[in-house]
Amino acid sequence: MRWNSWALATAIAVALPAAAQQAPPAPAARFVVVLDAAHGGDDSGGRLTSGQPEKAVTLALSVRLRSLLAARGIAVVTTRESDASLPPNARAAIANHANAQVCLSLHATESGSGAHLFTSSLAPASSSLFTPWETAQAAWVTQSLALAGALNSALLHAGMTVTLGRTGLIGVDSMTCPAVAVEIAPERDSDNSITAEPDNPDYQARVAAALAAAVLEWRTEARQP
Amino acid sequence: MIPRYQKILFIVLLAVSLAMGAELWHLRQRAHQRLLAGEVTAPTQAPEVAPDQQATLLVANDTDDSLLTQDRSLPLPADPGARARVLLGKLLDLYAASDSTHPVPGGAAGVAQVFLLPAAGPKDPQSPDAEMAVVNLTGSFAATHPSGIETENLTVLSICGTLRANLPTVTQVRFLVDGAPRPTLAGHADLTRTYLTADAVPTTATNQEPAQ
Repeated sequence: MRWNSWALATAIAVALPAAAQQAPPAPAARFVVVLDAAHGGDDSGGRLTSGQPEKAVTLALSVRLRSLLAARGIAVVTTRESDASLPPNARAAIANHANAQVCLSLHATESGSGAHLFTSSLAPASSSLFTPWETAQAAWVTQSLALAGALNSALLHAGMTVTLGRTGLIGVDSMTCPAVAVEIAPERDSDNSITAEPDNPDYQARVAAALAAAVLEWRTEARQP
Repeated sequence: MIPRYQKILFIVLLAVSLAMGAELWHLRQRAHQRLLAGEVTAPTQAPEVAPDQQATLLVANDTDDSLLTQDRSLPLPADPGARARVLLGKLLDLYAASDSTHPVPGGAAGVAQVFLLPAAGPKDPQSPDAEMAVVNLTGSFAATHPSGIETENLTVLSICGTLRANLPTVTQVRFLVDGAPRPTLAGHADLTRTYLTADAVPTTATNQEPAQ
């Protein structure tokens, strides 16, 4: 019996390197983007000057961006497709189950101008086996900052004013993916007069196109060795 | 055809209703007179006017997501809690002004109280007198605050920064609304966490020109 066990172990030891040599190369990890249209249902979020609730604007932007990304062959997971109520933790759970490479939390506001990009204010931490839910994003903060940089470049290239910031956001702080909260504010001219509201379809189309370009750039960089 | 007894009943009920209304009005007037009679309107103590002192406010600017330092001369009470409330009241008055760079309605009345407590957590040997400020905002202030990540974040950070600039022992800040915890200020800024005043410095930058 002891001899048989020894022989089996030897056989496995000899066979494993050979099997490793013959195994086909592992397929590249699927590139998944999570789009989280903030608010929804009972939670209307803010209200724009036009009277539109924030939840409707974020959903419209999410649908628009999903179409653009899907047309480029990118797998997209959305946290909501309708006017549904979803707590922040459920949004983070969807993002974490998707094992995504990009997580965008979409918001809209009447304050400020252009696009506001917010990453978690958690201090960067190394990944561990057991991660606290409230601070799960800490292991991804460095990548989130890099993603915010890519989004910033694309939005600036599209001629928009961009504000970068860091803050604590329930939901985003629990995401285990490169995560950025994108807040669309009115577009203003040099006199600070509003030229386009966040619910303006043309303005949304430009924002969505810039975000899609940034995600494509991010995917290209992620695939480079 | 309405029966006669119903007519009589209606007239009686109407008369009773009018009599009760008149009695209620009479009682209200008596209570009001009693209240006025008991109120002492004569001043019993001379008002104390605190001397003007230099104060530093960290004023938010929505245009470039910045916190700008403004020095003001204000009459400040000696009590630290009352002092903090006056400072934050002045800050919110600036936000309620028509030419505000961070428009938020409500003004000084938005801060109900500020309590100062020993800081939570292990004691820092470098700042043994560290304190936590508990800022109790009014429900009307939170209800009328513009909604958005940037604008809510700026309000919170400017409050923390103003407290730090004038009361250096305050290292932590927590927020209540109408005396109770609340998840967010107006849907975005997390009010469940403890803010560190050391974080209340401008950490953002605005890019106005396209990248080359």
